[in-house]
Amino acid sequence: MKNGILTFNSMPSIHSAGVTAGPLEKKKSVFAQSFDKLYEDERCDLPTNEDGHKQLMYDAVMVALSKAKKDVEKIDFFLTGDLVNQMTPSNFTAQALGIPYLGMFSACATSVSSMITAALLAEAKQANWLIAGSSSQHNAVERQFRYPLEYGTQKAATAQWTVTAAGAVLIGQNKPGTPSISCATIGKVVDMGMTDPLNMGAAMAPAAMSTLSSHLNGHSKTVDDYDTIITGDLGSSGFKLLKALANEQGLPHTKNFRDAGEEFYGMDPSFFAGASGAGCSAAVFFSDVYQKLQKGEYQRVLLIATGALLSPLSYQQGDTIPCIAHAIEISINEVSMI
Amino acid sequence: MEQEKYAHLEKELSPKPPILKNVIKAFLVGGLICLIGQFIALFYITFFDFTERTASNPTVATMIFLSMLLTGFGLYKKIAQFGGAGAAVPITGFGNAVVSSAIEHKSEGYVLGVGGNMFKLAGSVILFGVFSAFVVALIKTILVKFGVVSW
Repeated sequence: MKNGILTFNSMPSIHSAGVTAGPLEKKKSVFAQSFDKLYEDERCDLPTNEDGHKQLMYDAVMVALSKAKKDVEKIDFFLTGDLVNQMTPSNFTAQALGIPYLGMFSACATSVSSMITAALLAEAKQANWLIAGSSSQHNAVERQFRYPLEYGTQKAATAQWTVTAAGAVLIGQNKPGTPSISCATIGKVVDMGMTDPLNMGAAMAPAAMSTLSSHLNGHSKTVDDYDTIITGDLGSSGFKLLKALANEQGLPHTKNFRDAGEEFYGMDPSFFAGASGAGCSAAVFFSDVYQKLQKGEYQRVLLIATGALLSPLSYQQGDTIPCIAHAIEISINEVSMI
Repeated sequence: MEQEKYAHLEKELSPKPPILKNVIKAFLVGGLICLIGQFIALFYITFFDFTERTASNPTVATMIFLSMLLTGFGLYKKIAQFGGAGAAVPITGFGNAVVSSAIEHKSEGYVLGVGGNMFKLAGSVILFGVFSAFVVALIKTILVKFGVVSW
């Protein structure tokens, strides 16, 4: 039984990355310096939030392509997703780009699920160049999952703030000296009975733990094999729970653990427990983590993007919040086995 | 790990809501909103031909107008994050629920967007408000009929 364990012997490389983010992220995110393109307007000067959402994703792809000096025509597949109903921002981006497209949905874990799928296509030699990524736009996502933006309600300290950001990576065949994908683990859906949509970190932490232990067992790795193990958007309260679960499951220490959601806004309490959204993990993984790999600060990292698979309908009907996490291992200077 | 054990762990590690602090803030914000309302009512009674009973209608309209402005300028949600129920319970909270929904759905057009959605949060307030007023009036009418209380 494979149990979600994937190995990429050809080690497809991530040739370039592009990250775009909104005005609030420009001002408040600790990663703003590492992002490629920042907007002054949250809708990117377009009429609707969803138009702005699409533009974020489109520009992230264009940045990634221009860094690798590749034309859109050279790209074989485009794999992205977001959180808006029927993923119109991703669909419309695909229409504008004109690349064969597969919409991917793993909620906020889409950044990694799209990379895994792209790596599989590259490993199977079915593609030379692929774009993977995900995005979220605060206003467009909040209106769908929560209350109107201007509605006054008191949020608890466990709530998270959906980021306005998009990230895209260009994946292709192995190129030495470039961050490359060696293995991955597809997670199982885990539901520990959490019901509060304003405490998603607590719902997602067990899914992250489940995928982390499957990955370590399945690939015979230990926590110390990684310079960092970074989760997508658990936020400060979910991240605390993940560390507690890890200790309980016999992982000796968690000092190399990071959480993109917790770090995103520099622990500013006006963002409650931190950032979330499909763009959160993409923006941090494809900027800060990717750049540290390129510079050699990191040799091998494990990215675990986490997603809450709920809808406003499901929780209003009393369902608990099922969650998923996918893991992908990226390293530099490891030689491909082919 | 079992669900119950995890729920226990979650409760232990998650930040606790500061209930006492929130209650005090709600009292102050709610009280301040009502104090402003009282001044507006006095203004109508003093400068116009209103009685204490009839002044409530223009007062409510003025308070909703102010809440509309605050919502439009993005300030009401900040007041509500600070004041919690103190901002939600007064009539200004009702105004905020209507206006915020209207703003949110403007991009979908005036009929199906604004018109169809502006009461999506406030609708239940109207429904249950009218219904409970009906029940209370019914009880009082019966009590008056039997001479237990008088109007």
